[in-house]
Amino acid sequence: MVISTILFWIIAIILVGSALLVVSLRNIVHSALALIVLFAMAAGIYLLLNAEFIAIVQILIYAGAVTILVLFALMLTRTNNLRTDSNPSNKQWWLAAIISTLIGAAIIFAATLSPYSTAQGGSGTGYGTQACPLPPNNVVYIGQLLYSPTCYSYVLPFEIASLVLLVAIVGAIVIGRED
Amino acid sequence: MGLTLNHFLVLGALLFCIGLYGALAKRNAIAVLMGIEIMLNAVNVTMVGFSYFSKVKPYSTYLTGQIFAIFIITVAAAEAAVALAMIISIYRKRSTVDVGEINLMKW
Repeated sequence: MVISTILFWIIAIILVGSALLVVSLRNIVHSALALIVLFAMAAGIYLLLNAEFIAIVQILIYAGAVTILVLFALMLTRTNNLRTDSNPSNKQWWLAAIISTLIGAAIIFAATLSPYSTAQGGSGTGYGTQACPLPPNNVVYIGQLLYSPTCYSYVLPFEIASLVLLVAIVGAIVIGRED
Repeated sequence: MGLTLNHFLVLGALLFCIGLYGALAKRNAIAVLMGIEIMLNAVNVTMVGFSYFSKVKPYSTYLTGQIFAIFIITVAAAEAAVALAMIISIYRKRSTVDVGEINLMKW
C-alpha cells in the first residue's frame, strides 16, 4: 500500500465518523465541535489531492469562521442548548434516512459506473506556454488563475463573488439587527 | 493499489447523504444548517477530486475544479452568515429555533 492510500483511509474514516457524530449526537454543542473535526479532515483530503490553497482556505474559513459563527448562533439562541436533548430529530427521521440512503446509493452507483472513475493520478501540466509559464506551486497557480491580468483567469467571477460577499454582509446586518 | 477517482467520489457521496439526512431529519434550525455545510463540503471533495484526476486539456490546465471549490466556499460562507442572522432574528421574534414550530406559511 502506498503511504497516500493509508493516509486517505485514515482521514476518510475519521471524516465519515465525525459526520455521523454531527448528525447523531444528542447535544448540539457537541455536534458543532464534531463539525470542526470534519472540516479539518476535509482539509487533509485536499492536501492529499495537491490542493494546498483550498486546504488552507478550508481551515481558515470553515474550521475558523463558520464554526465560530455556528457556536455564536448557538449561544445567542440558547434555550436549552447545553442540555443532552438539544439536538432532536423530527418524526420523519426514518423517511429522511431512507431518502438519503437511496440518493447516496444512486450517486455511488452512477459514479462507479463512469469510465472516468478509475482514472489514476496526476493533474494537468498547467499553463506551460511562453507568455504564461507554469507557476511554481499551487498557491501561485490559483492566484494567477483568479486575477492574472494577462493570462487566462477567472477575474469576472472573482469580482462577482466579492459583490456576493458584500450583499451577504449587508443582508446579515439588516436581518440580524434589533428593531 | 493507488488512489483512484472512485475513492473520492464515494467519499463525497457518503458525506453528501449524511449531510442530507442531517438537513432533513433535524428539528433545530442550526443543526439543519450544519447538515447543509456537510453537503457543501462533500461537493467540494468531489470537485477537488475531479480537478486532480482530470486529464481533459482545458479543464486540467485551468484547475476548474479547484476554482469551483473556492467559489463554493465563498458562497457557503455568505450563506452561513445570512442564514444564522435569519435564525437569530426568528429566535428574537418567536423565541424558538425549532423548524417544526416555525409554521407561519403552513396552509
